[in-house]
Amino acid sequence: MLGLVIPAILSGLTTGAVYALVALGLTLIYGVLHIINFAHGSLLMAALYAALFLNMRLGLDPYVALPIVTVLFFCLGYALQRWVVDTFSHGRDANILLVTLAISIIIDNGALALFTSNTRTIDVPYAFDMVEIGPAFVPLPKLVAFGAALLFAGLLWLLMRHTRLGTAIRAVAVEKRGAELMGIDVKHTYAMCFGIGTACVGAAACLLLPTFYVTPQVGYAFVLVAFTTVVLGGMGSLGGALVAGLLLGVIEALCGLFLGETLGQIGIFAAFILTLLLRPAGLFAPRAA
Amino acid sequence: MGRLDPGGAVAALVLALCAVSPFVLPSDAWIGFAVNAVLISVLALAWNVTGGFAGQMSFGHAALYGTGAYVAAMLQVRLGLNPYLAAVAGVAAGAGIGAAIGALAFRYGLRGSYFALVTLAFAEVLRILASSFEITGAGSGLTLPYRPGLAQFQFPDRYAAYAFVLALCLVALAATAAVKRSRLGSNMIAVRENEEAAAAIGIDAFRVKLLAMAISGAIAGAAGVAYLQIQLFIDAPIAYGSLISVEALLGPIIGGAGTLLGPILGTVVLHIVGEVVKTGIGGAPGLNLVFYGAVLLVILRFLPNGLMGLLGGLRRPARTDAATRPAEAP
Repeated sequence: MLGLVIPAILSGLTTGAVYALVALGLTLIYGVLHIINFAHGSLLMAALYAALFLNMRLGLDPYVALPIVTVLFFCLGYALQRWVVDTFSHGRDANILLVTLAISIIIDNGALALFTSNTRTIDVPYAFDMVEIGPAFVPLPKLVAFGAALLFAGLLWLLMRHTRLGTAIRAVAVEKRGAELMGIDVKHTYAMCFGIGTACVGAAACLLLPTFYVTPQVGYAFVLVAFTTVVLGGMGSLGGALVAGLLLGVIEALCGLFLGETLGQIGIFAAFILTLLLRPAGLFAPRAA
Repeated sequence: MGRLDPGGAVAALVLALCAVSPFVLPSDAWIGFAVNAVLISVLALAWNVTGGFAGQMSFGHAALYGTGAYVAAMLQVRLGLNPYLAAVAGVAAGAGIGAAIGALAFRYGLRGSYFALVTLAFAEVLRILASSFEITGAGSGLTLPYRPGLAQFQFPDRYAAYAFVLALCLVALAATAAVKRSRLGSNMIAVRENEEAAAAIGIDAFRVKLLAMAISGAIAGAAGVAYLQIQLFIDAPIAYGSLISVEALLGPIIGGAGTLLGPILGTVVLHIVGEVVKTGIGGAPGLNLVFYGAVLLVILRFLPNGLMGLLGGLRRPARTDAATRPAEAP
């Protein structure tokens, strides 16, 4: 029994690290802008396609493409917040959710119309390289994703705590009007924050691609997992998102092991519904981003 | 509420013309389009009770629609129940699941975005369950035995099906109009506008929101049953897919959430846009939805009260001018 459970937990942790990276972006956007960004999963899907085409057309390895896609998606996120979300919602909360929903509908179905619903994967020479950890073998790309996700979480924490931008973001999160009076450009800070959140998705996509597939619907599955992670970790808490992501990866892997592949995701949604009902503030009390 | 305002009259006239058009201009493509548009309108009317009147935006109305369809299908296929009795059970199941989700979500005080997310999660759980168990037909879905004839609640042709969904839509419209006019409807609007203030004057907000979910569930369940009886087939992606949840909320928001005719107007306009795109640019799957998203963005940007808000503005500025001018004169 243990011989099955330990590999499942390890595999769950590596998946969970990527969930955490996707969720870090979402929780950052929520913690600062108080926006539930419905388009987050769709942006991940778009980033997966971007990495896929960089690989197919230019032969770029996903790990080489990572900086390119991350910067590209930072710019995309910045532009989306500054010129679409803010403009089209008039800054009203109920409308922001609907604007991000509209963006996700457009991206998802645009991808469906352009790329069809075919499942695509890429071939990389190291896809099946295994690393032995105790009694289990873990695919090398998953281990890389795990390490990189932790690294990005650390970088994000440094950015938030020890840079002028991070200070500005935290100031805006706590008191928007006050920050504005101190001379902080709120619209620019919001857009930077959205951009950084979207950049996380770009990085996550490049880490996922070697072991994962792309379809236009893939974002929808991820957005729910990401919401679960964010809610479980406490909306706006970076550390919480990291722990919750890892936890959910393990929950999913264990449910998959005991209930079968299709029912595996039930564990995630059950965790989601239970958290929303019992502890909507999350497992860890959020600090001001 | 008694007198129809000019905007409402225009909307009603346009919709009535649309409604009779399939009978005036018979064509296979047009009738198929019309059945679908009217069916989704029923779902939109259901969403409007919670999202429009009571102000609780659901992102998972597929949970209510799909449960109605699945319960009616399972009772017929597994137990051989009479289709009409199964239909009644389907409507009741829609109301039941609506009340159950509402009870859980509202008991724990979920609002706004949190409510939207939890409804979405429920729809997703039901989708996974329905595609995993044998009793719901797992991955292959449920097909009703083909027994044409109204005695078996199956329609001889698309025109009969259209007449049925049109009648269902009118019943749903009348039901939502009755709700809006009732004390319960006023309480819903009070809860939407300010829950604390509503509670302070003695409105039981929990009960009001729960009833809204149950009523909405019954109507959405009826739409699900109607889909089943027309297509004679249901599976998990059709019943519980995100597309249904999205379509349920697009119509009301584009038409004008909380208005009576808005959900139907919005749904019909969206479907016409989709159809124009299909014939104009080509039938690539998903392309019509790209335009749905674009229409939603434009409405949010320029028409915060939806198309009904636009129609409502037809005369109102003139009237306010006339009313204010004498007051301003010295």
